[in-house]
Amino acid sequence: MSTPIKDPTPAPADLGPAPRPRKADAPARFADSGGVLNVFSHGFLALWAVMIVLPLAWIVLSSFKTDAQIGGSAWTWPSHWSFEVFVRAWNKGIGGFFLNTVIVLAFSVALTMLFGAMAAYVLARYEFPGNRVIYYFFVAGAMFPVYLALVPLFFMVRNLGMLNTYQGLILVYVAYSLPFTVFFLHSFFRTLPTAVHEAAMIDGCSHTRAFFQVMLPIAKPGLLSVGIFNVLGQWNQYILPLTLMQKQSGADRDHSMLTQGLVNLALQQGYAGDMPALFAGMTIAMLPVLVVYLSFQRQVQAGLTAGTLK
Amino acid sequence: MRHRKYPFIVGFLIVPVALYALLVIWPYLQTFGYSLTDWSGESTVMHFVGLRNYTALFSDAVFRQALLHNVLLLVFLPVITILLALFFAFMLNVGGRAGTGGVQGVRGAAVYKVVFFFPQVLSIAILAVLFEAVYRSDGGGLLNGVLLKLGLEDPQHPIEWLNDPGLVLWSILAILVWSGVGFYLVLFSAAMQSIPREIYEAALLDGAGRVQTFFRVTLPLLWDSVQTAWVYLAIAAMDAFALVSTLTPGVAYGGGPDYHGEVMATYLMRNFLYFGKSGYACAMGVVILFLTLILSAIALRVTRRERIEF
Repeated sequence: MSTPIKDPTPAPADLGPAPRPRKADAPARFADSGGVLNVFSHGFLALWAVMIVLPLAWIVLSSFKTDAQIGGSAWTWPSHWSFEVFVRAWNKGIGGFFLNTVIVLAFSVALTMLFGAMAAYVLARYEFPGNRVIYYFFVAGAMFPVYLALVPLFFMVRNLGMLNTYQGLILVYVAYSLPFTVFFLHSFFRTLPTAVHEAAMIDGCSHTRAFFQVMLPIAKPGLLSVGIFNVLGQWNQYILPLTLMQKQSGADRDHSMLTQGLVNLALQQGYAGDMPALFAGMTIAMLPVLVVYLSFQRQVQAGLTAGTLK
Repeated sequence: MRHRKYPFIVGFLIVPVALYALLVIWPYLQTFGYSLTDWSGESTVMHFVGLRNYTALFSDAVFRQALLHNVLLLVFLPVITILLALFFAFMLNVGGRAGTGGVQGVRGAAVYKVVFFFPQVLSIAILAVLFEAVYRSDGGGLLNGVLLKLGLEDPQHPIEWLNDPGLVLWSILAILVWSGVGFYLVLFSAAMQSIPREIYEAALLDGAGRVQTFFRVTLPLLWDSVQTAWVYLAIAAMDAFALVSTLTPGVAYGGGPDYHGEVMATYLMRNFLYFGKSGYACAMGVVILFLTLILSAIALRVTRRERIEF
């Protein structure tokens, strides 16, 4: 239990002049600089918050500007507040990229969770020879930067005949999401109580049924955390689709993911003469992430930092 | 319940392990193999050249310059990010002292945490397009716009952030810090909250100021997390591929102006996909991998301290 401590200093504003009782070795300068430090540190926090929000707000605002305004000063305030620009961006390709991404993610996240949970569960709950080897085999994959494997991966996917296909990218996403998913869920399954599972087994439940009907429902918080992490991670994936989702021939359909399509449009001046639509496209790409993040921010933060905590 | 255990284990593991081995582990291993050949990427013909690719690397001036840039990032990125994140985490968790007494964060800590973390959930591709607009080399760019507004630069000669040989690397570094601080802030916050409140209160009773509390109590207890952060940031500093390849000028995968923004990852990709020197690119990948591993090991060893249990 923590005991509230009566602090002799009333409010941050007049913290400066009120000296605190302190021991001889505690330098008095800290008490004197309290007010200054307070102002400084609060100011710095606020400044950093502005530095985060300003560029993002600026992008959203820019989608309402005209080309001339965007080309001019950064400080012009948008004049026409119409959502027509978002429709234009959507029709210029963003809509297609958006749908591609949703289709791929619907399958890749579901499969990642299924396979990740299956592997993590078996590794966490069953003793068998080779258990540790397979576990470290999974965890090791998280250590290496993806681009090291890009060259052979490209040819692997090409040999499977899956370049620029949904199923190819889905399989690759699943494979590259497995290390973190297995690592996270492994520790999560370890913390779950064994009693329920044992009771189910005594009642004649099969291993498979025990997993799907007993353990998965109990593990829901962990699954939610890592699931959101996977949605964000795969939604934001850039280098994998860039390598694997290039058009193979002129007749090939464009299966670009949203991030990749957006960068291509920006870099190849696909929006030359229509900068507002580019900014609107970015807004469209950021919105789902923002919504997911704000609604689940506790789980997101827990999920992202989970792998790094002792 | 012992019966049918092994079929179940095998049945649950076979798909995830096969997928992972085929698409993740095998490509990584192949990278090692290809690094010993003169493979061009397009043809299936390749000859074993031993370590010639590796010796060629050391006399490659561009590679050495790229390496130097990675080392610069490696020094500055962790230091700046960790210092900022530690400062913010301390302010948001134990920095507030006024009012109710006890130990708590400054007012609005929860809001700050949500805002600071937000860049972390944005795709690196979105960041690239975003900063393309922020760093624009005229008054229409946000950064130049702000500087012009404050009267800090000459309207006739706006700063060309990404075209100036002396600035390009630091502009990239700024983006990495901007987007990374939130993550490490949350990481350190989680660790700070696991420190028993009584320790802070004891320090407070003994008359420790904020600065002293930070250096004598918080930092030693956070040492594990700081180490983890260091390793993660070192890996990020060795990468920087997406930002450099999209933001800096250059024929393929950026790196300009005149190699002043080059990092090893972009040089690798250019050799692989543009120059058709895939074997050479794989050798570069192996060198990057070992540099990362060695640096992580050194970082962990040098910063090792006696672990404080609490």
